[in-house]
Amino acid sequence: MEHTKTIGYDRFFGLKQSTLFIVSGVFFIYPFIVSNYYIDVAFFFGIYALLGLSLNIVLGEVGLFDLGHAGFYAIGAYTTAILNTKFGIPILVLLPVSALAAGFFAYIVCSPIIHLRGDYLCIVTIGIGEIVRIALINNPFDLTGGPNGVFGIDFPSLGSLFVIDSSIKYYFLIWIVVALSIFGLIRLQKSRIGRAWNCIREDEVAAGANGIDVRYYKLLAFVLGAALAGVAGNLYASKLMCVSPESFTFWESCLMFCIVLIGGMGSIPGVIIGAAFISLFPEIFRPFAMYRMLVFGTVMILMMMFRPGGVWPRKRGGLEFKSILARTGRKDG
Amino acid sequence: MEVFLEQLINGLTIGSFYGLIALGYSMVYGILKLINFAHGDFFTLGSYVGYTVLVFGSAVITAHLGLWGGMIAAMLVAAICLAFVGVIVERAAYRPIYPAGRLPAVVSALGASIFLQNAIMVIWGPRYQAYPASLIPNVRIQLGDIHITLLQIVILVMSFLLMGILYWIIQKTTFGAAIRASALDKDTASLMGINFNKVIFFIFTLGPALGAITGVMVGMYYRQISFTMGWNYGLKAFTATILGGIGNLPGAMFGGLILGVLEMLGAAYISAAWKDVFVFLILILVLIFRPTGLFGEKMAEKV
Repeated sequence: MEHTKTIGYDRFFGLKQSTLFIVSGVFFIYPFIVSNYYIDVAFFFGIYALLGLSLNIVLGEVGLFDLGHAGFYAIGAYTTAILNTKFGIPILVLLPVSALAAGFFAYIVCSPIIHLRGDYLCIVTIGIGEIVRIALINNPFDLTGGPNGVFGIDFPSLGSLFVIDSSIKYYFLIWIVVALSIFGLIRLQKSRIGRAWNCIREDEVAAGANGIDVRYYKLLAFVLGAALAGVAGNLYASKLMCVSPESFTFWESCLMFCIVLIGGMGSIPGVIIGAAFISLFPEIFRPFAMYRMLVFGTVMILMMMFRPGGVWPRKRGGLEFKSILARTGRKDG
Repeated sequence: MEVFLEQLINGLTIGSFYGLIALGYSMVYGILKLINFAHGDFFTLGSYVGYTVLVFGSAVITAHLGLWGGMIAAMLVAAICLAFVGVIVERAAYRPIYPAGRLPAVVSALGASIFLQNAIMVIWGPRYQAYPASLIPNVRIQLGDIHITLLQIVILVMSFLLMGILYWIIQKTTFGAAIRASALDKDTASLMGINFNKVIFFIFTLGPALGAITGVMVGMYYRQISFTMGWNYGLKAFTATILGGIGNLPGAMFGGLILGVLEMLGAAYISAAWKDVFVFLILILVLIFRPTGLFGEKMAEKV
């Protein structure tokens, strides 16, 4: 069945269906066999997976350096927090609203800067992230609650029938959202848009010369990435029941950047592994107390030494030339 | 007017900190095209080493060296220590990763930054450390209605001196020519007999040493240091680097000074809480109209 390999759906990420069943089975059983604490750890793993996937659109698919992604995440979280506490709009209704708000914000701020290249784009996105954070601290129009943030956010609920109020329900909520996003992103990768993105990443000038609207597709990546980060922000806000500017620092953006690169640029299973590394590692090494971040830093360096292309680099589709691209790890950014 | 002049001098002082740190960023970027996120932590580590020198050497400083001598001693020790640390970090964390490309190196730099930051926390503890007030020269100067300290002037003069020396090394000496050649095209430079490893060695001793001296200056100026301050200064210095045009050393210096002055004037005349927003907005505006920074050369697109 060689011909179904690239276009069929019996293989996701090159995984056999049986493997996929096992993985999803583990995910399903996991919350029933561990304590609430570890369910929450898995919830935050889910949040980081979602954030990694969202940055992966910008950084992995299109190769745009974005070190301010926490800003979009913050917009999503604060949209949810403010609309929910001030107007009592249900969290699940705000899920698409947060996505739209973050996407719209990305559209507004990225339109004028989308022509910048490489590190210049990088510093501007850092700047945007910082501006968002400082603005949140300074409490414009008395909306964001300053350094304390906004608290008293509701549980997500479907009417009064089904309220998501326990760790286990949150766990399923986040991982259902992650699963849906993964499905959507795989479809996107294989679509015309995904190919256009990858083409821009490989060579922007050639992409433009081949009739790809570079500006449009770059903006689209930013908007979609921001929207997904907004979704993550929504879930994060309702889980913690409060949001504060401390959760959206430059450091958070750096973590997302590391998730994508540790996993493998543009590789969806890689991003999940990267998110697992970033979110589970500090938990596993908790006994080391103050030394754990030392270990964390060292492991990051070692990973890049031994797997520079990421833990699970993106497999190229069958339509591309094998010769040049088969080598792992691209030579330039 | 007095406020303006005072803020201008404060801004120049802070700007010279940014400028000195930015030089380290810019040198590394120019040669390796690597955003060295660990550089901010070199600066912090230098500050802590200087602190330790002052605390443990307080008897010697008060008896023999005098306050200014103590300051110089702290700077020298910090600079030498950090030159070693810089070379070690380069060997351990960056050199094995160059062949893999730019982005893995960025992650490795972030890893090194986390490592250094937490090493500082483990060694000196997570709390703020205060530079011993009795060992900081405290002479006030009044020029007309302007109040400044002698320390500020010394810091400014030293910064400009250091920047000048670095500029002289890069622009006028043979070795500087080798560095500039390597920045332009490292393969061709190697073919012309330039020892590329020596160039890397040089930038990873000089950059962190400059950072360490700045760290001691910041400790003296604010009298309070914390193990996380490298992030903030690193971010500002990186901004200064980009503002001036990456890889352009005089650009980095001016970028730092402009940033510092803008920040202080923004804090004085607009709003102290929004000063960083102001700085980043200016940066974004500059980049919108000059996409390669204030002094950056227009790069032709290679196809």
